[in-house]
Amino acid sequence: MSNILSLTTFLPILGVLILFFIPKESKSVLRGFTFAVTLVTFLVSLLILTGFQTNAEFQFVENVPWIAAGPFVMRYNIGVDGISLWLVILTTFIMPISVMSTWKAVEDKVKEYMICILILETSLIGAFISIDMFLFYIYWELMLIPMYFMIGIWGGKNRLYATMKFFIYTMVGSLLMLVAFIYLYMIGSQAGIPDFSVLHFYNLHLDPSVQMWMFIAFALAFAIKVPMFPLHTWLPDAHTEAPTAGSVILAAIMLKMGTYGYVRFAIPLFPEAAHRFAPLLATLAVIGIIYAALVAMVQEDVKKLVAYSSVAHLGFVMLGIFAFNVQGMTGSMLQMLNHGVSTGALFLIVGFIYERRHTRLITDFGGLAKQMPIFATMFLIVTLSSIGVPGTNGFVGEFLVLIGGYESELRWWTVVAASGVIFAAVYMLWMFQRVMFGELNNPKNQKLLDLDAREIAIMVPLLLLIFVMGVYPNPFIAKMDPAVKKLVSQIRPASMDAAAKALAAVPVANAAESNETSEQNHTGMPAGHPVIPHEGQSTSPAINPHEAK
Amino acid sequence: MDMITMPAINMTPILPEIFLSVLAMALLLINVFSPGGSKSYLGYVSFIGIIAAAVLVGAGWNGYIESFNGAVVLDKFATFFKMIFLLSAGMAILITDQYMEREECNHGELYPIILFTTVGMMLMASGTDLMTIFLGLELMSVSLYVLAGFNRKNLKSNEAGLKYFLLGSFSTGFLLYGMALVYGATGTTRISKIAQIVAQMTMPSSNILLLAGVLLLFTGFAFKVAAAPFHMWTPDVYEGAPTPMTAFMSTGPKAAAFAASLRLFLVAFPTLQVEWSQLLWVLAVVTMTVGNITALRQDNIKRMLAYSSIAHAGYCLVGFTAGNGTGTSAILFYMLSYALMNIGAFAIIILVAKKGESNGTVMDLAGFGFKHPALALAMTVFMFSMAGVPPTAGFIGKFYLFSGAIQQGYIWLAILGVLNSAASVYYYLRVIVYMYMKDPTEEFEWTKVTAPVAIALVLSVAGTLVLGVIPSFVLEYAQLAIRLL
Repeated sequence: MSNILSLTTFLPILGVLILFFIPKESKSVLRGFTFAVTLVTFLVSLLILTGFQTNAEFQFVENVPWIAAGPFVMRYNIGVDGISLWLVILTTFIMPISVMSTWKAVEDKVKEYMICILILETSLIGAFISIDMFLFYIYWELMLIPMYFMIGIWGGKNRLYATMKFFIYTMVGSLLMLVAFIYLYMIGSQAGIPDFSVLHFYNLHLDPSVQMWMFIAFALAFAIKVPMFPLHTWLPDAHTEAPTAGSVILAAIMLKMGTYGYVRFAIPLFPEAAHRFAPLLATLAVIGIIYAALVAMVQEDVKKLVAYSSVAHLGFVMLGIFAFNVQGMTGSMLQMLNHGVSTGALFLIVGFIYERRHTRLITDFGGLAKQMPIFATMFLIVTLSSIGVPGTNGFVGEFLVLIGGYESELRWWTVVAASGVIFAAVYMLWMFQRVMFGELNNPKNQKLLDLDAREIAIMVPLLLLIFVMGVYPNPFIAKMDPAVKKLVSQIRPASMDAAAKALAAVPVANAAESNETSEQNHTGMPAGHPVIPHEGQSTSPAINPHEAK
Repeated sequence: MDMITMPAINMTPILPEIFLSVLAMALLLINVFSPGGSKSYLGYVSFIGIIAAAVLVGAGWNGYIESFNGAVVLDKFATFFKMIFLLSAGMAILITDQYMEREECNHGELYPIILFTTVGMMLMASGTDLMTIFLGLELMSVSLYVLAGFNRKNLKSNEAGLKYFLLGSFSTGFLLYGMALVYGATGTTRISKIAQIVAQMTMPSSNILLLAGVLLLFTGFAFKVAAAPFHMWTPDVYEGAPTPMTAFMSTGPKAAAFAASLRLFLVAFPTLQVEWSQLLWVLAVVTMTVGNITALRQDNIKRMLAYSSIAHAGYCLVGFTAGNGTGTSAILFYMLSYALMNIGAFAIIILVAKKGESNGTVMDLAGFGFKHPALALAMTVFMFSMAGVPPTAGFIGKFYLFSGAIQQGYIWLAILGVLNSAASVYYYLRVIVYMYMKDPTEEFEWTKVTAPVAIALVLSVAGTLVLGVIPSFVLEYAQLAIRLL
């Protein structure tokens, strides 16, 4: 099973090829078949999870020549490590759920819709597992196309504006990144780097001024995707107009592409520049948290409210990443998964109610809890998870991010950001209260049916995950831990390393020596872990938030 | 007593040209002496002739022969371009018949003229003497004027023909004047000899005669590739000409102009590269920007593609500016990709349009996507490829073009290039928006897709995707072609 990653990536495309031959009138066959494809893909991807060795290296690597012409050598070079592992699983996990959510929502052009979903799945998985940067870029761009169609064809009233904005925003960012990619490769090939593998480029020590420009180009592309304030304006439009499955995939997986880009590319490739820009990006992240929360509070449309809550959540993720320590990074990685699960679930819930009433305005609802008890229970759990109440997944991630942030140089940013947790409680609970409680006085709401078996089946896996990840996150953390630690040591810039070494050399001369030898062992990695004091606490895998509580 | 010695003449390098010329003349005669009625069979014969010529060209893909005392050469560079021309001509012929039947001007002369154009282009690609290049260029241009005005009952087509003729001959004047001045400065028209003499000059950049000549040549070729600000003829000519001919003249002849100018500037004037690359830098930026910005405002798809073709020439000029192996070989690759995707797009336009070229706006595509899913899918592939979105040939082409510029240190040029590319996304996507995301205003009449058009479409879709996913083979050949220039 050495090709298991390729298998996972291309199973959906294989499904597309078969879909072409299914007549478009037989909608239930189309739906069932697509669901089966995504489910099989999920099951296959579980093999990746079970076969994954808990270490910091890339696994299931496939590396074959692809394009070699002129100065460039591109290879089909893929693999997973602790950072991408869970994101791949998240993708394959969300996909069957979102396919199932389209049963009633999409009646028109079912075949085309399913083709879009499957192409999207391939490109998302492909981007997460690419080691070759050119390959990553191909998938990164490719995923725009199906999403563009999903919003544009099956979206709401204002869909054309939303989808155009989404496409062009992302395209501008990624094209500038492409220029940086090429420039980076040119520098790399002068330094003897033979291909586009990102692992080679980690060892390339760039001049700080070069790093700065490169980082700007990369950070811009990823910031648009995350999205970070003030580049977030495409997101509320896209989310509001997208069909339910589109919103779920967009929120749960596609936004992670941006944060993943920071973790995999922008920061480790240009660590010094990343440190230089950390205050700026952290500021934007914090502004995003507060601003999005305030905007969410006054939304009249539930979906738009959830969309803005995404901006706030991703702000936390960014803050954790730029804490540059193990807690922050782990928290961010976890928060990416959490956000995928809980915001995905929120969009599904909004979808359920929209399918029944064809409105999403908060004022049209009220008192639904009486009419739809199961729905109300599930909605509440997801709401609490999104707020980050202890016992749900949201808490673990946010808590680690805040600890990490507080212990880093971003202490004051973190203090401000922490208030975002309160805001989240305000806008989410207030929305929940207005929708679910109160008088059931709108006659149209009095005949609403509760969730049916299919809808419950969609929600159950997500709800289970909310609790599992909230109560016992260790298996998740353990798998990513070595990779996160390696990343954190990797992104410590050389200058900081030298300063820390000098510090260490004063009290114990031996420490400096051992430090140097250890650095030789990890060739190419600016190691030196025993230096930063608070790091020692977190080297054991037991990062248990409940202890801290 | 000096005898005029005849140089050793080896016909092998121009065998495909001879073959096509003879075929074209034979077809002309057949057309004259055959009774009236449908002339479609001439198209089929020409298409088979094109394939035969492609086989002849392909047979010499690895060879190198100089002939006619160094006025003509058969090398990889010429072979690559000849393949583009033959592809462009062949595909144009495939999509011509259906259109011409509808417009009721399926006159038999059309096909021989296309063949003559092709011969002209092929001579331009293998010409290593200013005279050969000029000969090829004239043969090509004169045939093109006829093709542009071929639908003689249509006012716009007439206008296109006349406009193209006037401006084209004007630019030919520039070119010829430039050649004369270069001859004056160097005393030869042989490109390799010009290169030697210019290389021996102590200060070639202060030789006014030479510089003026180069500048005029530069202007002449800028006209031919439709670079801004010498692009004014393009939109009107492309819009007015019969659609299959627009498809043809926006791909083949543009590639031919690039072929001749690449050979001329890279071989003859490498010592002046500092000078001409500065000019090209400006030309590239202006061309891209003018093309894209004007294309943004077009509703008529043909006109939109005309402006976008200016922009595509601009992208190629980015590679030309770089002047290195990566950038210049990318022009070869891009011209091939462009021929595939552009002719494909025009084929769709032919199918959508009704008699008299009506129904040619973006709005008329509303709802097309779900009425004709296969055709719309093809159009989608072409639009994404032109916008430079992977995994298509257009993306790989642009990637290498901009890489060439970055490699040579033209970072800003590359950035301006990608920003232009991002702007172009808007108008290409607009086509897709109308196809898939707007409801049809009126019922589509079912356009029958004839077999030749279907073949052309399959060929261009497959080509666009294959070159986008596994471009190595073609890229390597292009780079070899440039290196051995």
